[in-house]
Amino acid sequence: MSDVALALDGASFEGLVKIEELAGQGMVTLRGNLTDKAIVKAVKDVFGVSLPGTRETAFEGDTGALWMSPDEALLLCAYDAAQAKADDLAAKLAGSHALVVNVSDARAVFQLKGSMLREVIAKLAPVDMSPDVFKPGAVRRTRMAQVAAAFWMDDASTARVVCFRSVAEYMFNLLSTAADDSSAVNHFTR
Amino acid sequence: MLLITCPYCGVAAEETELHGGGEAHLKRFGPESSDDDFTGYLFHRENPKGVHFERWRHVNGCGKWFHAARCTNTLEVFGTYSAQTTEPPKDILDTIRAKRPGFKWRDIA
Repeated sequence: MSDVALALDGASFEGLVKIEELAGQGMVTLRGNLTDKAIVKAVKDVFGVSLPGTRETAFEGDTGALWMSPDEALLLCAYDAAQAKADDLAAKLAGSHALVVNVSDARAVFQLKGSMLREVIAKLAPVDMSPDVFKPGAVRRTRMAQVAAAFWMDDASTARVVCFRSVAEYMFNLLSTAADDSSAVNHFTR
Repeated sequence: MLLITCPYCGVAAEETELHGGGEAHLKRFGPESSDDDFTGYLFHRENPKGVHFERWRHVNGCGKWFHAARCTNTLEVFGTYSAQTTEPPKDILDTIRAKRPGFKWRDIA
């Protein structure tokens, strides 16, 4: 596959944080018992990460795993590798009660960079974004304004937000508005 | 504002992240059942001012259904528990009995 058609053509916005639509992120949904040894091993073999605990993320280079629910994980990898990895994982789990689907094209991913990202997210999601509660390594599946979303922090000043591709524009406008320069509340930076 | 802790993901979720699913612990009466049983299953609901048992779904989160015991008057949540049960667990009932002596909900007291 040559060019990945992005939902918003890589739109970006600079305000309280720098918002950028990320180019094709490979995403594979895994449903099954996340504590099942056969499933844990198969994910480790194909994606090189151990499945994370409740509401945690696990990263190893450009692959990663996000905890979505007690029986669902979102596995991340390079876009081009997603289908092959999904097929590989599905084959390894043929005998297990599990489901593996490549959902790369179903989602849009935004990166938020800047020290104000906690505030930008807190304006939109009913989540306690205080640095003592939400830390890098945690993932939260929730809503942002009116649409479902999931986000996690890669480090203290970088977060990624995933939403359905069909609402990518809504999400981008939402994040841009919340990150407007004149809208600072300075709640988390005091 | 209602904060309910999802027993599956441990998040103290705000009401807008959840969706109410009506009364808990209904027993289904289907074909072959008596008209009275079927009417009761379909239409008769508790509407208490006080302790209530409800179903909730963490719809903007892990997506799981669960049960919650709460007070409809004060919005106090006594506890949440798994959806895979037909009656409230003992620890939840003990909490409610301690906080609301003499409460009654259907045949639970």
